[in-house]
Amino acid sequence: MIIDGTTSLVEVEKGVRVIPGGNTIIAAVDKLVNWGRLSSIWPMTFGLACCAIEMMATGASHYDLDRFGVVFRGSPRQSDAIIVAGTLTKKMAPVIRAVYDQMPEPRYVIAMGSCACTGGIYNTYSTVQGVDTVMPVDVYIPGCPPRPEALLEGIMKLQEKMRKETFKWSRWR
Amino acid sequence: MAVIKDLKTKTLSVNMGPQHPATHGVLRLVLELDGETVVKCKPYVGYLHRGTEKLGENKTYPMALPLTDRLDYVSSMSNNIGYCVAVEKLLGIEVPERAKYIRTIMGELTRIANHIVWIATHALDIGAMTVFLYSMRDREWILELYEMACGARLTVTYPRIGGVRADVDQEFLDHCYKFTEEFPKLIEQYETLIDQNRIWLQRTKGIGVLTAEEAVNWGLTGPTLRGSGVPYDIRKFAPYDAYDQVEFEVPIGKVGDVYDRYRCRMEEFRQSNSIIRQCLEKLPGGYVLASDAPGYDLAAGPRKKPAPPAPKVEPAPEAAAQPAAPPTPPQPAGPEFEEVYVATEVPKGELGFYFISDGTGKPYRMRIRSPSYIHASVLPRMCEGSLVADVIANIGTIDIVLGECDR
Amino acid sequence: MEPMEIAELIKGKFPSEVKDVVEFRGQVSVLIKKDRLLEIMKYLHKTPELYFDYLADLTGADYMGKKEVRFEVVYNLLSIKYNKAIRIKAEVPEDDCTIDSVIGIWIGADWHERECYDMFGITFKGHPDLRRILMPEDWEGYPLRKDYPLKSDLGEKEWKPYLEVIEIGKKNLAYEVR
Repeated sequence: MIIDGTTSLVEVEKGVRVIPGGNTIIAAVDKLVNWGRLSSIWPMTFGLACCAIEMMATGASHYDLDRFGVVFRGSPRQSDAIIVAGTLTKKMAPVIRAVYDQMPEPRYVIAMGSCACTGGIYNTYSTVQGVDTVMPVDVYIPGCPPRPEALLEGIMKLQEKMRKETFKWSRWR
Repeated sequence: MAVIKDLKTKTLSVNMGPQHPATHGVLRLVLELDGETVVKCKPYVGYLHRGTEKLGENKTYPMALPLTDRLDYVSSMSNNIGYCVAVEKLLGIEVPERAKYIRTIMGELTRIANHIVWIATHALDIGAMTVFLYSMRDREWILELYEMACGARLTVTYPRIGGVRADVDQEFLDHCYKFTEEFPKLIEQYETLIDQNRIWLQRTKGIGVLTAEEAVNWGLTGPTLRGSGVPYDIRKFAPYDAYDQVEFEVPIGKVGDVYDRYRCRMEEFRQSNSIIRQCLEKLPGGYVLASDAPGYDLAAGPRKKPAPPAPKVEPAPEAAAQPAAPPTPPQPAGPEFEEVYVATEVPKGELGFYFISDGTGKPYRMRIRSPSYIHASVLPRMCEGSLVADVIANIGTIDIVLGECDR
Repeated sequence: MEPMEIAELIKGKFPSEVKDVVEFRGQVSVLIKKDRLLEIMKYLHKTPELYFDYLADLTGADYMGKKEVRFEVVYNLLSIKYNKAIRIKAEVPEDDCTIDSVIGIWIGADWHERECYDMFGITFKGHPDLRRILMPEDWEGYPLRKDYPLKSDLGEKEWKPYLEVIEIGKKNLAYEVR
């Protein structure tokens, strides 16, 4: 079709306009970049304890995570997010910090389960009371263990957080 | 002329770190490799040590029950049953019949669920990814059954000291019966995927061989031991719950390699299925919780009977002297510490609870003898001398879960 | 043979070592001094009528203040052939916190003894590689003793690498959400 002065742009969503019949989308760079990032979050497997089994069950066929674009990667250098599922102990704390430091930005942290949020039922000599003592956390998912639907809602909350970001793609952020 | 044998080589030290997709949790192995062969293998555990034993010393017996869920988190009902059987022996509580049968059904469902996760991760590590998706689909069925019984999927606290938490309804029994009818076909589905597969046979036959005497000396239990030919199953040696009233066989291997243990566990699927069916048919009526089961706030000890009420001493009237009331009989002075060690057959092996009780409601010492801890210690013996890829097969076959290993 | 008879056999053969024999709920425990432990264990392992080939559990217990001898090392033995179980407890005083290692008899005692050393501080003579297993290798203190704190906040006695990680975490390289 020919684009001339008579075709007008259709507003599909707030701030996103398309040329009707065409295959062009016009939007702010923020929106496009955020849409790209939230549709394919690639977390790193950091299953420590019981919550790892629920994470595996969420990734299996009944509650599928692949339809959200979430593919589990094994290496921190190739992942966007890290889902800390399980109890963090003091012996493991330097390891998880080293792994977090190897992730390239933008990186997000989801603390899954009560033990990762605040230490859970284990207030003992060898547990860290919450992952946020060693690294900044974006989304907390409580539960012992949280149901797969709760993990899905947590990932969707992370997507909401990503959707609201501005100017993070730029060098001068 | 220099031949390749004259080359001086050094071994390469490789760290299979605590964060690794194939190590079933936070297990760290430091391997020294000479080419592809493993010369030395040193496992480091303790990255999930949460202090369960010390925490148990500060809680009463019913309060320490949820701690045992999180030990072997893949099969949490069996840990609860093990704990409850041990505390019931210590306190001398008798469990009603219906509760015994329900606990047996739950124990065998847990055995199936655990072996499903085992075959899923073992096959995934070796390379067969489809088995993971097929078997986790069936595990959802079992988790739905758990949810019908008690509301939780993974860390249930359904078996309680003295029985179970609440009775099961007819819907659960029907659903469970349908499960036992469908499950044998599903086992065949998994077997057609890998049993005759050339790659599977090459990667599992002849790997990680342990003879029977060695296996007993190392302290192995469960299917890891039975693959080597030793018929030790606590359900037959020291039966608890309703295991002496159902008929089942214990599968035993011959050679003691990874393939034999795999066949043992696949046979255990079928045996567990038949046990559940027999229990469903024989389920008696009655209560599900013993009448003297301890509550949360009651401090219950092995000889804590309520003290006889002090007889009323009436003040002597001035006119006539009443005879003095007899004094309260003293409590019999028992020994100060009483101890008991009870082992149950969880899907991974023998889970033992050793309690030292001092008469208050809290255990003085709660020791958890977990099978995964011992099985992880046998890794150097199995891995040294074999190739790197066999390390993965060995970790899968000993079926460890780090929550139980480190407690 | 019944467990009580086995206990009587041990008492008959080593009368000076056995201090007490207790039976509770059908399980028998024999309290011995730690000096001739290896001989007693070899006797139990090798005698054809007894044949205790399986060491189920090896652990320690701390009786601070409640008994005169502070520690006890508890061995739970099982004979698979005859289906009999017995418990041997060896006393370990606080000032001489060492005991012989049974790793020569049951090699599965390896990690059990390492954990006992880690949690209680009891040294096992003859163990080839006695170092901490569940706690980090340079941890100070023995957690399962009765005078060790339970809660997570250890104050100054905290493990140094963990304190460094906390400092890095406090700088909190978080980005603000604008």
